[in-house]
Amino acid sequence: MSTYSLSDGLASGAPRVSRAPLLAWVRESGAGVAASIAWIAFGLSCLLWEDVGDWSRTHSLGIAAFIVAAVALFGTVGADYLGSAGRALRQRAAWLVALGAFLTLWELATAKFAWLPLPFFPPPQSIIEVYTDDLPKLLDSVFASVKLQLGGYLIGAAVGFLTGVSIGWSRAVGYWVHPVLRFIGPLPATAWLPIAFFTFPSSWSASTFLIALATGFPVTVLTWSGVASVSSAYYDVARTLGAKPSFLVLKVAIPAALPHVFVGLFMGLGSSFAVLVVAEMIGVKAGLGWYLQWAQGWAAYANMYAALIVMSLLCSGAITLLFAIRDRLLVWQKGTVKW
Amino acid sequence: MVEAALAEAVTHSAAGAALDIEQVSHAFDIDGAELPVLSDVSISVEPGEFVALLGPSGCGKSTLLRLVAGLDKPRAGALREDEVRIKSPHPSRVVVFQDPTLFPWRSVWDNVALGLEAQGILKSQRHRVDAALDLVGLADFRNAYPHQLSGGMAQRVALARALVNDPKILILDEPLGKLDSLTRITMQAELVSLWQRKGFTTLLVTHDAEEALVLANRVIVFSDRPARVKADIRVDRPYPRHRGDPYLADLRRQILGLLGLDVTW
Repeated sequence: MSTYSLSDGLASGAPRVSRAPLLAWVRESGAGVAASIAWIAFGLSCLLWEDVGDWSRTHSLGIAAFIVAAVALFGTVGADYLGSAGRALRQRAAWLVALGAFLTLWELATAKFAWLPLPFFPPPQSIIEVYTDDLPKLLDSVFASVKLQLGGYLIGAAVGFLTGVSIGWSRAVGYWVHPVLRFIGPLPATAWLPIAFFTFPSSWSASTFLIALATGFPVTVLTWSGVASVSSAYYDVARTLGAKPSFLVLKVAIPAALPHVFVGLFMGLGSSFAVLVVAEMIGVKAGLGWYLQWAQGWAAYANMYAALIVMSLLCSGAITLLFAIRDRLLVWQKGTVKW
Repeated sequence: MVEAALAEAVTHSAAGAALDIEQVSHAFDIDGAELPVLSDVSISVEPGEFVALLGPSGCGKSTLLRLVAGLDKPRAGALREDEVRIKSPHPSRVVVFQDPTLFPWRSVWDNVALGLEAQGILKSQRHRVDAALDLVGLADFRNAYPHQLSGGMAQRVALARALVNDPKILILDEPLGKLDSLTRITMQAELVSLWQRKGFTTLLVTHDAEEALVLANRVIVFSDRPARVKADIRVDRPYPRHRGDPYLADLRRQILGLLGLDVTW
């Protein structure tokens, strides 16, 4: 029966065969072609009209847009010869269309026809200009921010984790630490800013402390609840097999609590970013928060957007990194949240 | 062949330990009220015996097992393993619980290795883990995680995790209770053959009279809570036993009668 229908299908499908490759080609490469058209439009929007202001990178930006258009076109049409890179490009082609269209609109609305009020809405080329001309200062700021954030976050995560495990494990520690945690924890770390800046020897150490505080609270609470919620059956099993208390903590409680710990680390990362930016805006004379503040002072709006883009890349990069570490450590866990 | 199996069981019986439960009583505090669960229980188990503890559900059998394992201390009385008082858990007395309670973050191999790792002897004894996995027929699943196993496989891993310690007393708390009937029958046969080969003393809590009679030398029937020993029945039948054995059927009727069931089926 099935063989008959198979040959039937082949026979009657013959006229369709000639149309099918075209459809398949459109489905596979259509978005790539559209992306290419969108980026050509962006390139043309840069080059066809005169700028309303004085920006030096308009021409280069137009050329770059044409290059992207060419890559999108040849990358998707020839994806079969490019392996995984080609497949990845095809998958993202729809986003390239949207991005090209957005940039074209942005270019026209700012640099060419000034539909949006000018100093506040800089055109794409002025942001490119910031990345090329103000690069050293921007890199210094990135470096300062990463250093401050990393130091505070690591200290906060380590202290929070140890505190959480101790409260979860020892009733005596819980008795003393829990009320303190209840009292201080919910306070936003930024509320400590004024006090921290004159009690600590330097603004850098004050900010490190605050970032650690913002990280430490969620990490502590979630580690604690993770340790406290470990099923007592696991401890029974381990004890009958000859486990000592240290084994119960290190090899039973902590691995069982790890999924909770990562939720805490994730929440801590979010709140520590907020503290970082505020601390840099108010006290620390370096970093992206300070760069933002400084750019605003000079009404250098392009620099602000440029710094914001870098900041968002850093934050989302940090979270991606955290999730990658989690996925590595928790391979045994199925159906986890996707970022 | 039956004699050979029996002879083997006897020669290996040195591997099992004697267990003495002497006038043990126990109670729980629930909202300030005292709830007695065990009342003056005395049982003496010979090395290498397979004893089934049978009773209505919630009668306190599992509590008795926890006391034997050393996880809890009795309110009154004493428990001894080979004349030594039981005060805390020890890997010579290993429990297999009703739920496999495998550690989900550990692979099958690492789960089985748990006991040796906890005792700090894993490095020199890795071969025992492989041997235990072979014993339960799961060598191919050594790298699998618990969530990838079926119920029967998970319970086999739990059994391997217990056996890798070469226990003198194996404590089974309804380990087959949640398995489907086919897996159950297979695993009952496996348990008997493991017990015959290894010679450990076995304590099995169950509420299934047939299971008790197919597996054990001795069936101890408990009363309702607080549990008292109601009957101590020897089952002198060779292994492997057959479910249709009229002798066992007769015993089963007696036991169900003791448990308060009027047996007409």
